Amino acid sequence: MSTILEVKDLKKYFKVNAGLLHAVDGVSFKIEEGQTLGVVGESGCGKSTLGRVVLHLLDNTGGQILYHGEDVTTVSREKLSALRREMQIIFQDPFSSLNPRMTVYQTIAEPMQIIGGYTRAQIEERVSEMMDIVGLAARFVNSYPHELDGGRRQRIGIARALVLNPKFVVCDEPVSALDVSIQAQVLNLMLDIQERMGLTYIFITHDLSVVKYISNDIMVMYLGQMVEKAPADELFKHRYHPYTRALISAVPIPDIDHKRERIQLKGELTSPINPKPGCRFAARCIYAKPECFEVNPEIEEITPGHFVRCHCVRELNNL
Amino acid sequence: MSENILDIKNLSITYVTKDLGTCYAVNDVSLSLQKGHTLGLVGETGAGKTTIAKGILRLLPKPQGHVTSGTVLFNGEDLYQKSEAAMRGIRGKKISLIFQDPMTALNPIDTVGEQIAEVIRLHAKINKKEAALRAVEILEMVGIPGDRSTEYPHQFSGGMKQRVVIAMSLACSPELLIADEPTTALDVTIQAQVLDMMNDLKERLGTSMILITHDLGVVAEMCDEVAVIYAGEVVEIGTARDIFKHMSHPYTIGLFESLPDLKSESKRLKLIPGLMPDPTDLPKGCKFAPRCSHCTAECETMAIPLTEITPGHFCRCLNLQQKEERV
Repeated sequence: MSTILEVKDLKKYFKVNAGLLHAVDGVSFKIEEGQTLGVVGESGCGKSTLGRVVLHLLDNTGGQILYHGEDVTTVSREKLSALRREMQIIFQDPFSSLNPRMTVYQTIAEPMQIIGGYTRAQIEERVSEMMDIVGLAARFVNSYPHELDGGRRQRIGIARALVLNPKFVVCDEPVSALDVSIQAQVLNLMLDIQERMGLTYIFITHDLSVVKYISNDIMVMYLGQMVEKAPADELFKHRYHPYTRALISAVPIPDIDHKRERIQLKGELTSPINPKPGCRFAARCIYAKPECFEVNPEIEEITPGHFVRCHCVRELNNL
Repeated sequence: MSENILDIKNLSITYVTKDLGTCYAVNDVSLSLQKGHTLGLVGETGAGKTTIAKGILRLLPKPQGHVTSGTVLFNGEDLYQKSEAAMRGIRGKKISLIFQDPMTALNPIDTVGEQIAEVIRLHAKINKKEAALRAVEILEMVGIPGDRSTEYPHQFSGGMKQRVVIAMSLACSPELLIADEPTTALDVTIQAQVLDMMNDLKERLGTSMILITHDLGVVAEMCDEVAVIYAGEVVEIGTARDIFKHMSHPYTIGLFESLPDLKSESKRLKLIPGLMPDPTDLPKGCKFAPRCSHCTAECETMAIPLTEITPGHFCRCLNLQQKEERV
């Protein structure tokens, strides 16, 4: 296995009236080929921005994005457009991410037409192949998005993202807008395709049960920073960071005998605009000590492969 | 009369539109809710959950929405026999509705205090000043500092807005609260806060509640009884224990199996093939038959009755197979 993507100290700040919004603030990670990195966090934690910056759809403020060792942010335009073929994105909302005036065929064929160099017959063949892979019946080829339900629309989004045979796909909440029975269909489909085409995913979601199911590694984000990262099973067994614990405990379990040991968080996400020094989570953390408000903790490898950003991690977990 | 605060009997609702024809949104639904209890309505998008809620309050869109049969008894009185003026006295005062999306349920150009006070002044004869004071009290009850009552909705976050909406619906201490996906738009940690707050308020005020949701986890935490709705029909109804531990309808079973589980280790989800039927063209027999793996010829032709399998636990299926207790 080789590393397909390495992100080093990635930063993305937005200028807003009130100052600098630190959407992504010093995130580093590596993904091996064929693996899935799940990114979880609440709305506003910067996970979607991270996905877009990684694909260089947004310029980064600092840091490096190395795709097969090559920095995406500094390559030439020609090289970038070649790289874009290998890097794709599936969007969250199948209702607004498709052009309502384009048929299924036009939508899936468009990336090939933009790249150029394909004959009409090749495009037709590829579109019908893709529709087959994502489980869209051939009779929908001339349908418009509004004629289809959410699950089918999301399949169009997937087919379109995969039509150029990418290697690396950012999936930005691809199943959040879908009902559970349809969500299960789409998740299974994404896993099947991954096996078949050897894809690498960054899977962004707020749903912890989905992320556990689909990911090899999970990264938990809070206000633009990674607070914990570990292999999926490890993270659910040993949640070291107080935020991860609270997040997992907040998920309602569909079992009436499940004993709730909920860790209530005080308040809500603080503002990512001009963040104060100190740990970003300190204001909501029940364990916060004076030093937490002064110094932002560094990411630390607690056990092999398990990274945590917390001053108190050792005393809290008796390590 | 009975101790039921709400009895819905054989309610059917259709939407008639020129383009699509008749859409059978709710078909012969009977539900009852005991005082102080919480009934969960579970189902997927388009199952008819919200239409039931609107039907109870007679808020169906006109002229498309029609109640074609059924009665809704609230404290033994038939809401469909009431005048529109009498209904206005009930909505917001005795029965109130929490909408799904807190972002759009509030008026952006009034302060939240004014909006809560408006509800109070509509139903109680008190002056502006008193109403404003009551509004502040209610805000504090849902955990928002009273001095924020002069702020506008855009100054609040999503979770706070949903609290405001809940505060507004509780302003007149209603006997029945209908909550339509109250936490769907919220993050899990905020959802946990809001659910705890709703449970707490329910206990303190003795409110009965209908909770509409598609999240079985939320149902497990909040509900005493559960009705599973599919294509406008109740397919299974019983106590929360009946539904979670002795689920019987193939759709209910499929719904549970298609959930990714935080505990399980499996690498593929089980799933229900296919889609919910088009409500303008429902199957003749069992509505779930086209997606069901136990479907027989009989299922496709005859109307399936809701049968009682154990006392209080009803299921609409010909091939009942009790599922073993989930471990």
